[in-house]
Amino acid sequence: MKAKIYITYKEGILDPEGNTVKRALKSMGFETLDTVQFGKYIEMTFNDVTKEEAELLTDDACRKLLANHNTQSYTFEVTDE
Amino acid sequence: MRVAVVVFPGSNCDHDAYHVIQHLLNIDVDFVWHKEKDLSKYGAVIVPGGFAYGDYLRAGAIARFSPIMEEVIKFANRGKPVIGICNGFQILVESGLLPGALINNRNIKFISRDVCIRAENSDTIFTSYYDEGELLTIPIAHRQGNYFAKPDDIRQLKDNGQIAFTYYPEDTDGNPNGSLESIAGILNGAKNVLGMMPHPERAAEEILGAPDGLKIFQSMLGVS
Repeated sequence: MKAKIYITYKEGILDPEGNTVKRALKSMGFETLDTVQFGKYIEMTFNDVTKEEAELLTDDACRKLLANHNTQSYTFEVTDE
Repeated sequence: MRVAVVVFPGSNCDHDAYHVIQHLLNIDVDFVWHKEKDLSKYGAVIVPGGFAYGDYLRAGAIARFSPIMEEVIKFANRGKPVIGICNGFQILVESGLLPGALINNRNIKFISRDVCIRAENSDTIFTSYYDEGELLTIPIAHRQGNYFAKPDDIRQLKDNGQIAFTYYPEDTDGNPNGSLESIAGILNGAKNVLGMMPHPERAAEEILGAPDGLKIFQSMLGVS
């Protein structure tokens, strides 16, 4: 099983990288650009578990370690790759 | 009284902390490797600065799960003094001993220079040797020192006198990293745990510029 995890800052948390890249893209002519949000992408694989078990394990890992609940939110998808 | 300096893979201010306690204050101190599980012979714990686990994932996030941290949490919950400096502050925040989070500096740069901080509360075991409002010159050296907490947490910190130090003045020039409320150091509710981004152990002797940070350790250990 493979989990693909996306971690981003919560709304209102300063994202200086996102802001800087947004300004650069705007100055390059991407006039309709509205927001740029930086984050982390993590892949994990599991052996010998069902999809449901992999989802529970992934959620547990996100809550305990991968995301900081004060400043970050996360989403993930598990596939049977 | 013995003092423990916790050492993680990647700690690099452990020797500075050791030097201040052992050589300047003449109090016995041990390095305690992060895999140890016993702090029973110590009267105070220092979680020093550095880059534990390379700051991978988030600063302090992985160190927080080292075996010694369970003992540090128990030690703190017994009311004994724990100070986390820079990366140590980040580890204490990740461990839940202190509220909030330390995120990227406003300018996304590593900042290493002297700053001016203000002692906000002189009624704690760490700050009793300072006057309230006293201004100190102490260096910072961090990339993720921008203090953030939810509005409820900020309110509690203010109402309960848990803000130990603020960058001074509070404007953009004084606040180097964008911290909310210009926060440079905070205490837990019981005020026996202090986390701060500035490095008092690097400002404890005249020969290094200013001894403004020494009183934190003197106050914590009740010595002069």
